[in-house]
Amino acid sequence: MIKRQIPLMIAFVMGILFIIQFFVPHQLSQDLLTGVNKWLMIIGGISLLLGINSLVHFHYVQIKRETPGWGFSLVMFLCFGLALVAGFLPSIVMWFVEPAKAGAEPVKWLSFIPLIPPFEPGSTLFWIFRNGISPFMATMFSMIGFFIASAAFRAFRARSLEATLLLIAAVIIMLGQTPIGQMLWQGIPDIMVWIFSVPNTAAKRAIWFGITMGTIAFSLRIIFGIERAYLGGTDQK
Amino acid sequence: MMSYKLSVILTALIIILFLPALAHAQLTPPQEFRAFDTPNDDGKSLSLTWKVSLENDREGVYYVISAAASADGPWYQIDKTLSTIGYKSDFPQYFGFGDDNKLWHFYEASKIPDVMDPITSTAYFRLAVTDGTKTVEFPNMVSFAPQGNWFDKSKINILIFVIIFSSLILFFISLARRNPNLFIRHIPGLDAIEETIGRATEMGRPILYLNGLLDMSSLSTIASTSILGKVARKVANYDSQIKVPCYDPIVMSVCQEVVKEAYAEAGRPDAFKQDNIFFITNDQFAYAAAVDGLIVRHKPAANLYMGYYYAESLLIAETGAATGAMQIAGTDSITQLPFFITTCDYTLMGEELYAASAYLSREPLQLGSLKGQDISKAFIIFVLIIGTIVSTAESLFFIHLFKTF
Repeated sequence: MIKRQIPLMIAFVMGILFIIQFFVPHQLSQDLLTGVNKWLMIIGGISLLLGINSLVHFHYVQIKRETPGWGFSLVMFLCFGLALVAGFLPSIVMWFVEPAKAGAEPVKWLSFIPLIPPFEPGSTLFWIFRNGISPFMATMFSMIGFFIASAAFRAFRARSLEATLLLIAAVIIMLGQTPIGQMLWQGIPDIMVWIFSVPNTAAKRAIWFGITMGTIAFSLRIIFGIERAYLGGTDQK
Repeated sequence: MMSYKLSVILTALIIILFLPALAHAQLTPPQEFRAFDTPNDDGKSLSLTWKVSLENDREGVYYVISAAASADGPWYQIDKTLSTIGYKSDFPQYFGFGDDNKLWHFYEASKIPDVMDPITSTAYFRLAVTDGTKTVEFPNMVSFAPQGNWFDKSKINILIFVIIFSSLILFFISLARRNPNLFIRHIPGLDAIEETIGRATEMGRPILYLNGLLDMSSLSTIASTSILGKVARKVANYDSQIKVPCYDPIVMSVCQEVVKEAYAEAGRPDAFKQDNIFFITNDQFAYAAAVDGLIVRHKPAANLYMGYYYAESLLIAETGAATGAMQIAGTDSITQLPFFITTCDYTLMGEELYAASAYLSREPLQLGSLKGQDISKAFIIFVLIIGTIVSTAESLFFIHLFKTF
């Protein structure tokens, strides 16, 4: 009972409080918002430990059970360890070395470790980010182009009236965006602009109206405890 | 003698001809200089206004504003603004849309450098007008103490519409208490969930459920976890399996709890596997790559994508389509909707994502809120029609009515 009633009470009080907060420009109201946002960030930071725990456990189980693709879990542990060492080692070394550094001889056996704080240019972690993570992310992002082509091929097959209209609109947009469209007929870019600014905008706005109304209704359901499925279990009153 | 008379006449003529221009070039002290608390703010600035002047407001003329923390000074020049800019009419959030706002200059003073930043107590102001060679000052100084406001009047239109829509929704919720048999239109994507789970059970493959890329403070994620509860209960009933790779650790914890409760309610607490709801990463493309890998290796029979997505939507949904999985998506991310429509069997568009939980639960009070939502939309359509007519008649009334700041 308490497990459900207290969260519902918090949702109600905070929901009403922050509706009021939106209309109050006073400094107290701004401080309240800033305070809650800070708490959100603190909770978010702590929750990362939960994430790490889940990640390590999941991949440990994958390796232990030798499920398909368990080799990738090994790669994960290797990269995880590497990033952890690269991130923490300079700070730990600096912590030990710095106080003794003033006037003393540099510790030679530690000289291979760049004593640069993590994420600053020249640090190992920065190198990993620049030469590993960043290209990987760029690769994933650039794959979207190929995925668009394969998805478009499927979507533009004129099997129904809607698909045919979609195909015609897509052809006009593609021609309008490229120099060949203007070469074929001067009016194509104008039609493209019209499609974007009239039917496209109208449809988008209609969806936006729906989303806004849905948001208000859903928020009210949460505030008044009618929607409680997000707490787990049944939402019957 | 004759030439002397001629020169006098010519000089007089020149003076007569150029007199208006000479008069125009003169500067006059600014009129009705006032200081007052800036409306609708947190009490950290003061507003200054003075009358528009035909003599002063031209190219090359500036207003010089000086301020001090005490009437005795020292005085600091806080700004020098062109005389042809800065009117009350530029700030409808403070002064509304009245025509007389064009007759007043406006300046918002938020700090006196090195003395008071921001302005939080009584501040004193002087105003002068200068053309670079001559400076004319307003005879008196003005002062005021800022204070925080408890209501932002510029948001009054939002408040009115929030009250109208909330009242409509609450009215239909209370109506649903008395008459639980409300008709709600069918949403094919949600009707297909049962079929999807059945198909996965028959094929002996898991169901993949994603919550999107936002955290628990997002309504779309809350809606997604609500749907997950309903889906997990059906999965438990069918004795199938559900996998939920998460982008956010808090969302993961909530999902674990929601699925656990759903299994318990279905009478199958033993079948719940916490390991099936796991955190991957909160890096967008690393998450997409991991989910793609999961789809390719485990080949889920059904993929459900509920929540808010960015560019990774197509990467994930297209991979799912390539494996032949039945896919249902639900998102309020307008930019990603076309990708989901293209790659998924069913797509819940915008509001349908928020309606899904109510639709699946069939709980009268929740359905009542959907009815209220539909009536509110009808009201918006009516306002749109009226607004189109009024705006076509060149009236700005409706535009001002719906202006937000």
